[in-house]
Amino acid sequence: MATAQAAEPETRTIVNDLVLHVATANGSGSQTSNMVLLRTLFQMGIPVSGKNLFPSNIQGLPTWFTIRANGKGWIARKQDADIVVCMNPDTSDEDAAAARKGAILIYEETLNLADKRPDCVHYAVPFKKLIAEACPDVRLRKLVINMLYVGVCAQLFDFDMEEVRKAISTQLAGKQKAIDLNVPAVEYGYKWAAENLKKADPYRVERMDANKGKIIIEGNAATALGLMFGGVTVVTWYPITPSSSLCEYLEDYLNKYRIKDGKRTFAVVQAEDEIAAVGMLAGAGWAGARAFTSTSGPGISLMNEIIGLGYFAEIPFVICNVARTGPSTGLPTRTMQGDVLSLFYASHGDTKHIVVIPNTPKEAFEMAGEALDLAEEFQTPVFILSDLDLGMNFWMSERFEYPTKPFKRGKVLDKEALDKLNGQWGRYRDVDGDGIPYRTYPGTPHPKAAYFTRGTGHTPDATYSEKPEDWKNNMDRLARKFETAKTRVPKPEIVNNGHAAGLIYFGTTTEAIREALAELDDRHGLKLDQCRLRAFPFTQEVEDFIHRHERVYVVELNRDGQMRMALGAELPRLAGKLRSVLHYDGMPLTAENVVSQIVEFERK
Amino acid sequence: MAGTAEAPTTNRIGLQKKDYAGSKSTLCIGCGHDLITARLIDAAFDNSIKPEEIVKLSGIGCSSKTPAYFVSRSFSFNSVHGRMPSVATGTALANRNLKIIGVSGDGDTANIGMGQFVHVMRRNLNMVYIVENNGVYGLTKGQFSATADKGSKLKHGQVNHMHAIDLCALAVELGCRFVARLFAGNTKMMRQVLQAALAYKGTALLDIISPCVTFNNHEGSTKSFPWMKSNELALQDIGFVPAYDPHYEEMGHGEERVVKLGDGSKITIKALDKDYDPSNRAGALQLLAEHHESGKVPTGVIYLAEEAPRFTDHLGMVDVPLSSLKEDTLRPSKAVLDEVMDSLA
Ligand SMILES: Cc1ncc(C[n+]2csc(CCOP(=O)(O)OP(=O)(O)O)c2C)c(N)n1
Ligand code: SF4
Ligand SMILES: [Mg+2]
Repeated sequence: MATAQAAEPETRTIVNDLVLHVATANGSGSQTSNMVLLRTLFQMGIPVSGKNLFPSNIQGLPTWFTIRANGKGWIARKQDADIVVCMNPDTSDEDAAAARKGAILIYEETLNLADKRPDCVHYAVPFKKLIAEACPDVRLRKLVINMLYVGVCAQLFDFDMEEVRKAISTQLAGKQKAIDLNVPAVEYGYKWAAENLKKADPYRVERMDANKGKIIIEGNAATALGLMFGGVTVVTWYPITPSSSLCEYLEDYLNKYRIKDGKRTFAVVQAEDEIAAVGMLAGAGWAGARAFTSTSGPGISLMNEIIGLGYFAEIPFVICNVARTGPSTGLPTRTMQGDVLSLFYASHGDTKHIVVIPNTPKEAFEMAGEALDLAEEFQTPVFILSDLDLGMNFWMSERFEYPTKPFKRGKVLDKEALDKLNGQWGRYRDVDGDGIPYRTYPGTPHPKAAYFTRGTGHTPDATYSEKPEDWKNNMDRLARKFETAKTRVPKPEIVNNGHAAGLIYFGTTTEAIREALAELDDRHGLKLDQCRLRAFPFTQEVEDFIHRHERVYVVELNRDGQMRMALGAELPRLAGKLRSVLHYDGMPLTAENVVSQIVEFERK
Repeated sequence: MAGTAEAPTTNRIGLQKKDYAGSKSTLCIGCGHDLITARLIDAAFDNSIKPEEIVKLSGIGCSSKTPAYFVSRSFSFNSVHGRMPSVATGTALANRNLKIIGVSGDGDTANIGMGQFVHVMRRNLNMVYIVENNGVYGLTKGQFSATADKGSKLKHGQVNHMHAIDLCALAVELGCRFVARLFAGNTKMMRQVLQAALAYKGTALLDIISPCVTFNNHEGSTKSFPWMKSNELALQDIGFVPAYDPHYEEMGHGEERVVKLGDGSKITIKALDKDYDPSNRAGALQLLAEHHESGKVPTGVIYLAEEAPRFTDHLGMVDVPLSSLKEDTLRPSKAVLDEVMDSLA
């Protein structure tokens, strides 16, 4: 009989502050179990996050899921787990060895981890034996064995079983057979733990009320929703982790909600590669569609030539880069903020692009619609810079607000407008002085509507030209257009309390930064002002922020400090104030890492 | 043949030939590509095409420059090297009602653009895909392209030892339903086939041997004017009978094959050499393979199948162009967002 053996009897209790790490094999169906744990905590009103650490493979390789629940709202990744569930015999030795001192290990009895980590708390569970009892049908056992640890954890850490049942129903929505199979397995695990395990650790959860009105969603689904409500019409894609689920979600949503009289108000096309995906956007954006594709770093590399064409021929389309670890195939299932420069300045020659940078699903939703607007307003490719952590992990979020602002379709001349102008117009003339020209859609029924689109040098009237002054004038107008963009892109989020040091960050490092700033203040007496970048080009506020501070840390997930380089390049007079705080092992940022680097800098 | 004995000064929609003109060609004098351009103008005029209902797309090369030289009243997009097919696909997605004329070169298609060519042939867009095939890269000064025949020589004597890619054979293989090989010097056949291809609802691949007088018109070239004049093997006498032509009911008798198109027009194909059957896919491939050996270049309609649903028909889209949809259609209601949010709570 399994019993708990603790190094010392536990007297403390730790409420609503735990990191639970589950090790399983890819393709073993553990995702459902992990989501049930996550949802239960969420439904109990405790702030929570779930991060999936999975291999680039379909079945068999190890995979981990980390849940952090924290009553104070700290839900960034943490270096060490408090509770480790070892379900994968292939990695259990390593998983146990990696656990911090005093961690709680829950594992299959026969793995015998007690001898290997006498400094940990042990709950040995005879999972194989239990599943034989809980599930008479041999063929189904593999599918539900992971539900046993849900029951065991629920019992040990005081999860509300009613919420567990509800979480199963939500997770397996509509699949009654699966629900009927999974609920008893969880209950069996719960009952066994109650009868056989002696509580020997301090962790427990308690209902609270922090999640009212919130949802749980992956960033990719949020971006997809933003695009649907933003009126996307042409979607092309080529599968690549971690972006694939974005277009899959999008296609599902569109098929459900964007049908008119039984017909689709959109087209979704799987292209033969990323060059074709972006080529289709160039054609679609040119012909008047709100065109979108999603990809990741390798796809961006392939798209570069046509991105430059889009910039120079002034064609609107939107690309979401759900970034992963590179270069090359890199770590395809890990995260990175490594494509900052390859987006900001994508393609050859003089190019600069509008990039929006969401940090939460809610912002991903809002910025997706905004990106479609910006692309058409500025007649240029616009990027959404996301990453695997945002795109594929599960985030609590405020409910999204229904967008009420009308679409911005930009300066388009239709037949009536051309009639009024007597057909007198030029595709690349800067009529309004903002660098943004007028365009017409192919098919516009007016004899003067047509113009010739090309990637070669052209005059304001879109005729071919190799004249130096025509080239320069056009490039200067494009620069003017980019200046105009500075006034329209999302502004940074700034907290300024007049401290000497500032911190610049962006995207999914937000949660870790929040926690790190609190800790720097509480434990080290270090206070920093903050600027969260939300777009490129950098707006005046960013310049002012750096200007006002003596030294500014730039936190990012890459080796070379790409955002620091871009800030330095765009604001050269201020470059000397910037210092890099970096994290680049493929994993999401932890507060610990930020704190230790900044403390070290500040001590110097 | 077709009942257009003398071209009228205005066509059925009241436009004159000059309304289909483009800007002046900047290609070398005598370039085969200019002959194609001229026949395109004729064909668009003869078919009474509304200029705003076609779009011209191209890649990069001397050939890909030519959309500037015909029908300036139509929209045009000279894109990047080898990627015209994807840009054309995107255009068709945004506006399914546009007829696309895609112009490419042999390098643009058979070398850098091979991947996109292969995939666009599978799609069946409403597009005439013209390859102005001279066996070399004209614009970068005469290097071999992948359509150069085995044994053919460059100007300075280099010999191509690799097998040529036959774009017609590939197109047939990949499901393209209208495939023709033409010679830019055979004006009459080119004009009729262009008219038919423009009327055809679906992808028509026209591989037109179009000699480069500057880099590939010498002895030893198999894409030169002299070579083609002596080796062209015209398979058929082709006619095109537009839907509005009052004489068409009398056409199509005797040994001619008549293919009726959806808009009511007809293509008439009269076999010359032997009774070649352009509706037989396997036979088409066999013909092409045989002539790789003989050195003769069969021209005419290699393969022609009935019009079939196009790529855009399979996508279940609304009938109007997606580009014409406005916010009232494109933004679902608040109730939809509420429903989605509730499902995630
Ligand atoms: C990405 C890229 N690579 C190379 C070139 C240079 N280039 C321009 S045209 C061309 C070949 C064109 O050959 P073809 O399509 O046969 O056209 P032609 O000039 O013979 O009509 C090349 C290699 C380019 N423009 N872009
Ligand atoms: S180089 Fe050859 S293909 Fe190009 S314009 Fe001159 S003749 Fe024509
Ligand atoms: Mg060529």
